[in-house]
This record gives sequence, structure tokens and C-alpha cells, in this order.
Amino acid sequence: MDNSAPVLSVENLSVCVNNPQQDPILRNVSFQLNPGEIFALVGESGSGKSVTSLAAIRLLPDALKVTQGKVLFDGADLFHSTEREMTAVRGNRVAMIFQEALTSLNPVQKVGVQIEEALLLHTQLNARARREKIIDLLSEVGLPHPETRIDWYPHQLSGGQQQRVMIAIALACEPDILIADEPTTALDVTIQKQVLNLIRTLARTRQLAVLLITHDMGVVRETAQRVGVMLRGEIIEEGNCEQIFRHPQQEYTRRLIASLPNQDNFLPSEQPDHLLTIKGLKVHFPLRKGILQRIHVWTKAVDDIDLHIGRGETLALVGESGCGKTTTGRAILRLDQITSGTISYNNQHIHKLSRRGMLPLRRRIQVIFQDPYSSMNPRMTVQRIIEEGMVSLKMDLSHEQREARVIELLERVKLEPEHRFRYPHEFSGGQRQRIAIARALAVSPELIICDEPTSALDVSTRAEVLSLLQELQNELGVSYLFITHDLSIIPQLAHRVAVMKDGKIVETGATEDVLTKPRQNYTRELLSAVPRCQE
Amino acid sequence: MDMMLKPVILWTDVLIWLLVISITLFLSQLRKNPESREQWHQVFSSRTGMVTFVIILSYIAIALIDSLHFRKALPPVPGQNTTYYSNTVNSVLDIFLGEMGETKERTYSAPFSLKSYAKENMTDESGHIYRDYPDLKYAGSHLSDNSDFSKDLLIQSLKGAGKGLFIGLLLCALLKVFTHRQDLPWSSAMVTILLVCTLLGWLLHVGNLYHVLGTDKAGNDTLYHSIKGIRTGVLIGTLATLIMMPIAITLGICAGYFKGWVDDVVQYLYTTLSSIPGILLIAAAILQFQVFIDLNPDFFEVGLEKADARFLGLCFILGITSWAGLCRLLRAETLKISQLPYVQAAHAFGVSQVGILHRHVLPNVMHIILITFVLDFSGLVLAEAVLSYIGVGVDSTMPSWGNMINLARTEMSREPVVWWNLIGAFAFMFTLVLAANLFSDLVNDAFNPKKRQERGA
Repeated sequence: MDNSAPVLSVENLSVCVNNPQQDPILRNVSFQLNPGEIFALVGESGSGKSVTSLAAIRLLPDALKVTQGKVLFDGADLFHSTEREMTAVRGNRVAMIFQEALTSLNPVQKVGVQIEEALLLHTQLNARARREKIIDLLSEVGLPHPETRIDWYPHQLSGGQQQRVMIAIALACEPDILIADEPTTALDVTIQKQVLNLIRTLARTRQLAVLLITHDMGVVRETAQRVGVMLRGEIIEEGNCEQIFRHPQQEYTRRLIASLPNQDNFLPSEQPDHLLTIKGLKVHFPLRKGILQRIHVWTKAVDDIDLHIGRGETLALVGESGCGKTTTGRAILRLDQITSGTISYNNQHIHKLSRRGMLPLRRRIQVIFQDPYSSMNPRMTVQRIIEEGMVSLKMDLSHEQREARVIELLERVKLEPEHRFRYPHEFSGGQRQRIAIARALAVSPELIICDEPTSALDVSTRAEVLSLLQELQNELGVSYLFITHDLSIIPQLAHRVAVMKDGKIVETGATEDVLTKPRQNYTRELLSAVPRCQE
Repeated sequence: MDMMLKPVILWTDVLIWLLVISITLFLSQLRKNPESREQWHQVFSSRTGMVTFVIILSYIAIALIDSLHFRKALPPVPGQNTTYYSNTVNSVLDIFLGEMGETKERTYSAPFSLKSYAKENMTDESGHIYRDYPDLKYAGSHLSDNSDFSKDLLIQSLKGAGKGLFIGLLLCALLKVFTHRQDLPWSSAMVTILLVCTLLGWLLHVGNLYHVLGTDKAGNDTLYHSIKGIRTGVLIGTLATLIMMPIAITLGICAGYFKGWVDDVVQYLYTTLSSIPGILLIAAAILQFQVFIDLNPDFFEVGLEKADARFLGLCFILGITSWAGLCRLLRAETLKISQLPYVQAAHAFGVSQVGILHRHVLPNVMHIILITFVLDFSGLVLAEAVLSYIGVGVDSTMPSWGNMINLARTEMSREPVVWWNLIGAFAFMFTLVLAANLFSDLVNDAFNPKKRQERGA
């Protein structure tokens, strides 16, 4: 195939909602996909990245319609082809992979059968040849032991392996174009790196034209050759990856790049007195079986860990999903039963306190959750959400005092006082996370457990929330236990880091030491997987 | 001087009024939340929603009026000091219905007929005995000549419909004054109100002069019975739900929230209950209850109170046997909600268990409760008909659609066929159940998060 000619070119594409009063969703979007090249569309959620990809293969939902522009595929305008021709194009020439691999795979069919389905549609192979072909494909996407895993069900595979199977299905029909819509957002960093590597390799070996949709500038930097930056339905800047990162032309692009945390400046680690000390903490969950519900195995979520957090200090607890970091946080809050070990707060043992005995400490230790959408009762106003802690912990405030406090808190987290009459669904993700912070602050805690507070947020919002958290620490001297899988935000946030794996702490120390001179292999692996902007 | 009327307070009367008041309060509570207001707005923004709501409301209004009972004072005998009251219990609805309940013929008569449906031996002026259809005692008794019938019917129809229309217009004017939101299809509501009022006006007026739906075997007016059946239908739908709801809500939410042995006990209970055939349980309970009523006649002053007690027993047993489904739904939903971060956050704030259940769990399962309430309503109305048909339903002296259908069994198998009893019960029940089903569909569409998601996608 001629390397210079684009496989797919989108010209002046505009899309709007059927309702004419609203602004168009896409405005004059143009770009080209070349064989063997990865083109990344980057932007925040709602900027129109996914709509662009759907419009390009004519899969827009009914509520949206294309108002102008054309999509040239091998020189033919796709908007003029019939639905029948489109089906051929979609299956044979263009393949897609999505963010949630598990929901894109049929849970009751073996992975081999699902790949076979694509092969049956597009090839004339017999059963034996098909099976060989499937095994070839699975080994091409780097699935270990493809001969046995071909007969596995999706739930038996890990998230990264599921994404690999999705890619294998996409490749089964030998496409020219691969559209990857946030393919690694749901994956851990180490897995993300492997999947991105795979896509890069495939683009080269198969001469695939890849349209990579992502919100993560780090991923773009690692993977793409060309970049289009999208903002409110427009491609505001397009060009070579190197060029854009070196000399961004637009203010917004600069901001996106800058929002990637600086990874070279570290917070100094001090040695303040210990606020919270954890010794030998174990949290084991029993797995029950049979009619008598006998315990037959224990899941060791947290297995013998020691930690301490100082006053006004941030301890980052990092690790991949399922390593037990969240359970640690919940154990400190006494939301999960502790199997053994001690937790002492200000030299007071809290692991044995009763519900009532724990109440005074509930004011001291608070929590912020990951998902800003489910962490607030949708049927309460912001005022009631924020004051709930004050009321239940009997802070002896009159209604007026509480209201004044809510206003003060809202202003502190940079929201308007009028927002207290609204309901959570009227706010964006970032705003909700601010409300969650205000709710935690309402009872003036000394320690806040932040359980992935930024992982559901866009990059620029993430930066804002993080700087707000830091500001509050400087002003109020609160300590944070910051649970995260995202190592890139740690340098400017945490004083100390603890790396967790399979319920155990593998390494702990001052941030700078751990990140620059990791002693353990696992830490090194985690670090090398972080997509970086600066080299 | 004693009162002319002695109010009779039946248990079901108290309950239905309490229920209506609590539902009104509950709905006004729901209105405060913008999300549920939005959902209700969606229900009422469709024409079907408005129309069916008006129809259901008119049924409920009739049931409510019919739930204010009293006994009339008997005309005093000279020299009598205390007032005696009539043994028949009337309701406010009977006042509206006028003579309709008291115009008893001898036996069957067809709708709008002036003659009986059965031939009798009669003597003419000259003393000859002949056999023919006799004139009815009440229907058309105001006519001087039977040939004026069609003219009279037309005039009286216009009169009745005119009265109804007038009241309908008054109601519409009231509606116009009290409604602010312009984006709802009020016009459909008004058209329905006008139609319902006109129809009712016509039925009441003409029904007092003729038997619009004929008479049954004992000569009772079928229309009167069908209208009186409304109370039974609406009551069984709501009261059984009222009894079922607290059990289902308490057990379901507790099982889902506390888990452990509470969950085990609740699950055991509903699994056991669902494995016993419902009809068997209901029949056994009702027959036991009837024995109790028969053995203790002193408890009840008038016959209607006996019937009422049995009716209450029926509602109770229907409620007891039907909570398992809702309980299961609520348990599952509560299991889910209790793991959500906002409940965890409440734990972290030391909010009491009761506080969490009340503030965080209950409001978030409200949509399920509401949907079940509306969906179950029509099912229970139909259940009453089925149970009465097999003889374990409401007391046979109580006017109910089920009883009418039960009697129609023999009427349908005789020649010439008596069809109007079945049609009367069927038409009234069909309208209510259809309206309730259409309305519950809309409520389900608006409140079911899954449906909302599908719409959004």
C-alpha cells in the first residue's frame, strides 16, 4: 500500500443535536489517518472525541446528525454509500476497541468463539484452519498460552488480557483502520504500558492506521505520531507529536501539557510526630461455601502491614487495583472488620473501640471517595449533605451556625454559597469532588483518607482538585492518606510513599528516595510504566 | 332531640381515608425533591398520563364518597322517646344516587326496558287470566303513556348530560384557576373531566328513571351495584397494598442492610411463603375468618359491619401473601445501595443505623415502592374478582364486581341470556384496570432508572 496516501480523511465534519437551539457538537473537524501511523485525538470529556470517531463510520446515535462535511475512505465518500456498503466497511476495513473490555465481550461465550465469529463473517476458512488462525491472532496480541486460553471465558482473563482479546477480534477481519476509544483508561499502569506497546507494534507490522482517542497526554506522548487536540468540538491544534509537545501553539494545549504533574520536584520529607500508627494490620475476608456456610478460604486483602502518618503529612499508598490499598483505608475508618493488628490514633488504640466509642474519632478521621457521582445521596441538597456530619456528630451548632459553616466551607473549596440549595446531579465531577472535600472538612478532621479522589476526573480538573487539597493542608495542617494507582501525581503531593502489592507493603520511604532510587523490582516496574512527558 | 343521622364508622372507611391522606402527604413530600418532581412532570406531560390520572381520580373520589356511612333515623312512633335508626347503612354516595338503590323490581329486566324479562300470569279488566311480560314497577313509572318512551329518554338524557356538563365546566374552571404550569396537557385533563362528568350526570339522572343496565335476579338495579362495586375494587387495591407495604419495606430493607442472620431469616420467610399456593392460603384464612364472624355475632351491630370485617380480613390476607416480590426487590436494591460511597461516608460520620436507613436507603428505593404500588393495584382488583368467583372473596351481601361476575355464571348459561350483569361489572372494572395499567406503565417509565438509561442512550 502506498504509504503517503491517507486511508481515511475526514473533511469539515460538523455534527449537531437534532434540537437546533443547542450549539453544534462538532465544528469543521478535519484530519487524516495514514497507514502505519497512530493519530491521537486528545481532549477532555465532552470535547467530541468519541462523537468524531462514531460519525466517521456512521454510527452516530439517532439524537445526533451530521450537518456538513465528508469522510473519504479510499477516495469514496462514506456519507453517500448505502447502509449495506457501510456494513462491509465497518466489519472488514474498520475495527473498533472500547474502554470497557469486559462489557464489550460476551460473558457466556468462550473467547475463541467470539473471535471465530468475526472470522466466519470475513473469511472462508474451514474449522481447523480457523482455530489455527485464532491461536495465531491470540499469540500476536501477546496472550500467554493461546492454545489453552482460546477455550477460556472472558471472566477468567485479567483486564489487560481481555483488552488483548478485543484487539484480536478487531484484527481478525484484517482491518485497515483501528479505532481505539480510550483503550487503556480502565487498566493499571503496568498493563496500560503493555497494551499501548502492542498497539504501537501492530500499527507498524500490519500497516494499520490507528485513531487513538484518549484524555491522557502521557499516553499520547508515549504512543502517537500525530496529535489533534480537541476543545469543544473543534480540533484547535494538529501536528506532529514531538512538535506539539515542544512548541504548543495554543494556550489550551499548553495547559493540557502543563496539567501533567511535574515529576522532578519532590516534596521534602519531614519527620513530624506520628498521628496514626498501624502495626501488623491484617484484614482477611472469609469465603463461605456449602449449605452450612462454612468458611473454607480466607482472602487476605491486607496482610500484616505497618504504616505511620505524621501530623500535616501526606502518605501516598500506591499499588495496582486489588492490592488492598482501599481496604487499608476502610480498616482505618473501621468500615471493615480488622482481623488482627493495632491501629492507634494519637497514641490511643482505636481498633477495639465500639461503634459509640468510635464516634469522637469520627470527627478526626474523614474520607473522600473515588467516584464523585455515587458518593453523595442524590436526594439530598448540598446543604444537607455537608451538614450531615455536623448533625450526627452532635457538634452543638444551631441551624444558623451550621448554615454559616456550610457557606464558609463552600467558599473555601471555591464554590458559590448559593450552591447549597442545589442537588448533586446539578454539578460536574470536579465540583462534586469539591463538595465531597467540603463535607469531609465540615467536622474539622485531622486526617483525611483520600481514596483515589482524582481518578474519575479530567486532567485539568484533577490538577485543580489536587492543588486545593494541598492548599488545605498548608492552611489547616491536615494529614492525608492518599490512596492512588497514579504515580505521576505523587511527587508534588506526597511527603512519603508506601508501595503495596498483594496485601503487603513492599517498599516505603521518602517520596524522592522511592521514586528516584527504588529498591524493589516491583516499584521499578510501576515507575517505568508511568507515561511521561518530560524525558 | 336526637340526630336525624347516626354516622357508622367502618374499619375500612377509616383506613381508606387515612390511606388517601398519607398518600397525599407522601406525594407532596416527593414533590420537594427536584428529581422526583421532574419524574412526575414526565408522567403528567403525556396525554395518557393526564387522562388515566383523571379517570383513576374519579374512581377514588367515588370510593371516598361511598366510604362515609350513616344510618337514617326511623320516623318516630307517637309516644316514643328514643330515636331508632334504620338497619340499612347508607353512604353519602347513596344520596347522590337518589332512588337508584331502592327501586327494586321483581326480577330480571333488560337495560332501558319498561317490561320485565319474565312472563307472569296477569288478569285483564274483564277478569281473564293471560300470560305476558308485566310492566316494571319503577322504570318509566313517570310516563303517562309507554309510547312516549323514546321522546322522554331523549329529553331526560339531555337534561342529565346538561347537569353533568355544568358541574364538569365548574370543575374545569376551578382547575384553570389553580394550575400554574403551562407545559402540561391540561386540555386533555379538562376534556376527560367533562366527559366523565357528563357521563355520570347522564347515568345518575336517567338511572333514576329507568334501569340503564337492567336489573338482576332479585330485581336490584345493576348500574347501582356496579357503582357501589367501585368502593370495593378501589379499597381492595389500596388496602391490601397498605398492609403489604410495611412488611415488605421493613423486612426487605433490613435484610439488605443488616445482612447476616437477619437476611437469612427474611429469605427463609419469603421462600417458605412463596412455596405455598397463594389461593390455598387465602381460601383457608378467609373460611377461618368467616367461622369467627359467624360465631361472634355480638361484635357487629349491622350486617354491613360483618361484611366489612370479612372484607378487611381479605385485604389482610391478600397483603400477607403478596409481600414477597417487593421484599425481594427491596433487599437486592438495598444490598447495592448499602455499598455505595455515600452510605459509607455516612458511616464515617457516625450516622446512626436508623438515620442511614431513613435518610440514605429509604429515599433511594422509593421509586421501587412507588412502581410496585401502582403496578399491584390493578392486579389486586382483578384478584378480588377471581376470589369472589371461586367463593372466597368478599361477603356476598357486599356489592362487588367479583360477586356480580360470580352470579353471571348462571345467567350466561340460561336462555334468553342475561348479559347486562356481566357487562356492567366488566365495563367498570375494565376502565379502572386499564387506566391503572396505563398509568403504571408511565410511572414505571419515568421512575425506573433502567428505563431512564435506555431513553438517555
